[in-house]
Order: sequence, then structure tokens, then C-alpha cells
Amino acid sequence: MALEVNGVRNPSKVPDILTRYQSELLTGWLTEQAASGIRHEHLIQEAVLRKQCADILALLSEAAQMGNLSNIMAPEWQPLKEKLTTISLSRVQQGFSPRDIALFVFSLKQPLFEVLRQELAEEPISLADEIWIATTLLDQLGLWTTEVYQKAREDIIMRQQEELLELSTPVVKLWEGILTLPLIGTLDSSRTQIVMESLLQKIVETGAQVAIIDITGVPLVDTLVAQHLLKTVAAARLMGSDCIISGIRPQIAQTIVHLGVDLSNVTTKSSLADAFILALQRCGFTIQRRGASDMR
Amino acid sequence: MIKTHKVKTLVIHSATDVTLMCQTVRDWAQTENLSLLNQTAIVTAASELAHNMINYAGGGQVDLAVVCQGVRSGLRLTFTDQGPGIPDVELALQNGYTTGQGMGLGLGGTQRLVNEFVIDSQVGVGTKIMITQWR
Amino acid sequence: MERIPILQVQEFLLVSIQVDMHDRLAMKLQQDLTQQIVQSGCQGVLIDISSLDIVDSFIGRVLGDMAAVSSILDAEIVVVGMQPAVAITLVELGLSLVGVRTALNMDQGMVLLRKLLQEKSKRQGNLDQDSQS
Repeated sequence: MALEVNGVRNPSKVPDILTRYQSELLTGWLTEQAASGIRHEHLIQEAVLRKQCADILALLSEAAQMGNLSNIMAPEWQPLKEKLTTISLSRVQQGFSPRDIALFVFSLKQPLFEVLRQELAEEPISLADEIWIATTLLDQLGLWTTEVYQKAREDIIMRQQEELLELSTPVVKLWEGILTLPLIGTLDSSRTQIVMESLLQKIVETGAQVAIIDITGVPLVDTLVAQHLLKTVAAARLMGSDCIISGIRPQIAQTIVHLGVDLSNVTTKSSLADAFILALQRCGFTIQRRGASDMR
Repeated sequence: MIKTHKVKTLVIHSATDVTLMCQTVRDWAQTENLSLLNQTAIVTAASELAHNMINYAGGGQVDLAVVCQGVRSGLRLTFTDQGPGIPDVELALQNGYTTGQGMGLGLGGTQRLVNEFVIDSQVGVGTKIMITQWR
Repeated sequence: MERIPILQVQEFLLVSIQVDMHDRLAMKLQQDLTQQIVQSGCQGVLIDISSLDIVDSFIGRVLGDMAAVSSILDAEIVVVGMQPAVAITLVELGLSLVGVRTALNMDQGMVLLRKLLQEKSKRQGNLDQDSQS
């Protein structure tokens, strides 16, 4: 990036400064981080942090040498960005906040401005321009690092949500070839989808001929949930298994009729117990009570 | 605003090309963390469109891309051929309509599989179909 | 030439469909299956699709054709091993494999085939009785 001084274009002094003053910048940066309260010594050791910052400064200086300080999407900025990504991802894991990550980059401004001020004490106009160049560069890098951090956090949260969902809807084997899925609580569309996928997966894994979907613990069934239930039953049948829906309380039955959902193709039972008996019959089992004389 | 990154173009002329394409789409869909259902949906759609290209246009090409719009990311596939074109696109998109033999997956079915479906076809010139599946 | 093997498992034939099948191979499979049903005298065929992670029109047609051919030769067909994601996708599309019975795995598939054949011979036995009386 060039500067115009008296109509004459001069290249920016920032790359040169980044190279010549690396150790001063390193010290200054570390001091500034401590001063901003983002140091968190218990999370990251001094030596480790020092090495990270030194590496960043080296990569920053290398990339800046190419002369393009206004666009960090250019290829020469890739190594630095990769380093920032690695650090950002590890910060996410360690539990740093978004503010910590942003300030980590921005706190380099203060030491950089210090050095620029020393170098350009005699040239106030140049100094102003150079500070502008330096600040926009660090702004871009800071924003970029924060975006990486945000995305990583979202990925983790999504994964945790999925794990929670799996934990909260266990599929239980009632008997040889008979599974049951007791649904509890309100069902939203995405939860229902995940739950249904995992039931079908379990059906394949265990070779279950009958799966009982029990909705006793579901207070509300809307059209979307009803459709998902029907789709699951249809999918199980396509695969060669079958489903029984149990636990349909009177209110739910009314709602379903109201919604116009067609359950005529689906076997339903009001209680899990009744569904279980039916499932046993379907699998070829009968239950007999032992005679009084046998009970000793 | 939609940003595109990671782009790849594949030529589709034979069933082996289709298999390779399906595998690539599956890999990319997994890397972008699409749900298993969305993965299956887009791979099925891709297989369908690729087979169509071979059967009706003698082949063509597919451009794969990973796209980002704000927070969400997904896959975008563009199928381009210089085949005869589709005279009546509306008709072709109706449920289960198919000129050849088949179980009626057709263009309409393919459209239902994916989040976004854009088709541009001219008789005598060719067909371009762009499908997008978000995470 | 490469071909998809048709194995005999107990009293039935077993075909495993692989993902990278193409038109010529599908045709060859059709011919081989026809031949094998006639030669072996087997009355039941198991089609294993457990390695398919998608089912598109092409595969759908292949399955349909095999069912048709078997039906003409008076053999019963059961498709086994459909993956959940495939089943859900077919349901979302409102499609079903018309006239094709399914089972979760080979064992259940064979149980189903035996049941179907039993029912069929009972029906044919009744028909014979009816025509004699």
C-alpha cells in the first residue's frame, strides 16, 4: 500500500517496522494483553503464549513484505491466517470468550503505534497515514480471527445439542425383536427428526420386527409431529419392520382427528402394555399364566 | 450474500463417472456436516440428474461448490449439458412425471429432495440445473 | 466380463447389489438371474441392498425389473437390508417399491420367503382341489 506525500507515492513503512522491531513488538504485545485482562495465566502458560505471539509476528512480517496491507484475502496472508485459525480453535476449546479472542489481536495495535510514533516523530502526516494502514490491517485480522472463533463455537454447540438429544431419547429393547421408544416432553421438528432417525437405525442394528413408539409423555402433538410419526412408520415398513404407536391420550386423539391426520394405516394402542402384548403376538410369542399347581 | 469456495468440475459421460461424482458429493456433504438425511437427499438428487444427463444428453458436466450464506453452509451442484433441452419444464416437474422407465423419481421428485432447485432449459441448446442443499 | 455373483443360500438365491452398477451390468444380472432361477429351480430370491446408500430411479428400475422377471418365473422376491436414510428419502418422495416385499436382514428375509411359499402352495393346493371338484 502506497502513501502519497507531496504528490509522490511512497511505500508504507509498516512492513519494515514489523520486521525490524519484532522483539519490541513482542514484549509490548504481551504487556498489553496482560493490561487488558485477557491474559488468563491458568489457561495458557507464559512460554506457550510467548511462542504463539512470536510466530504470529514473524508470519505477519513476512506477509506484509509483499506490500499488500489492505486485503488479507490475498494468498500471501494464508500462512498467518492458518496460524490464527489454529490458535483461535484452541482458545475455543480452552473456554476463552469472544472478547478475549478479539482483544488478543487488537492489543497488538498499541505497541505497533508506539514504534511508529518513535520512527515517524518528525513526520506527523506520514505518521497519521501509517497508523491508519496499521489499524485497518489489524482490524481485518482481528475480525477474521473472531469469525473463525464464532464458527468453531457454533459447531461445538451443535454437536453438544445432538449428543443431548441422543441421551434424552433412548431406545429400549423390550424383548427379542421388540424395541420401544418412549418419547418425553415437547417435540419440535428437528428433535423429532433426529429421534426418528436414531430409532430406525436401532431397528436395523437389532433386527427388531416391531418398534413401539410411546407418546404417553408427550403433552402436545401438532401436524408436523404427527407427520413425522407417520413418516417414521412408513420408513420402518419400507425397511421390512413395523411400528405401533401407543400412549395416545384422549386429548391427543381429538387433536389428531381435528388436524385431519390419517392414522388408519397405523396400528395404535392406548397403553404401552397393550402395545407390548400385540407386539409379542406379532413376533410369534404367547404368554401363559402358570397353573395354580405349578406355582410353588 | 452467498460466498463460494472449494470448487470442482467433473465430466459425466459414463456410469463410472456418476459413481465417482456421487462419492465426491457424499464426501463433501459429510465434511460440511450435512445431516445424514440431507446428505442422502443431495447424493440421490445428484445421481438422478447425472443419469438424466447421460440418458438424454449423452453426457455433460457438473460443477460442485461449497457455499456459505452468513452462518449456514451447504453444497451447490450445477449440471450443464448440450442436450436436446426440455420442451415443457412445467410438465416435467410435475410429481412423478417421467418420459422413460423408472419409479417416478423424475425431475419433480428431485426438486422435492433439495432446498433449492433452479432449471434453465432451451430446446436444441441444452439444459442447466442448479441444486443447493444446506446443512 | 465382470458380473454380479448370484449365490445359493439354503433353498434360495441371493444377489447383492453393489453401488457402482451400470446399464450393461444390470442387463447381465437380469439374464443371469433368469437363467439361475430356471436352472436351480429355486422358488425364492433375496436381493441384498445393504451396501446401497442411495436408491435413485436407476436402482429402482433394476429392482422392479428383477421382481417382474421373478414373478414371471413364479419365484418370490424379498429385498433386504434397506438403510434408514434410504427408507426415509423414499418416504419423503412419496415413493414405495410397489409389489416388492422387504425384510430387515437375510435371516428375516428367508423366514418371510418360506412363509410366502407356504401360503402360495396352500393357495395353489386349494385351486387344484377346486378345479378337481
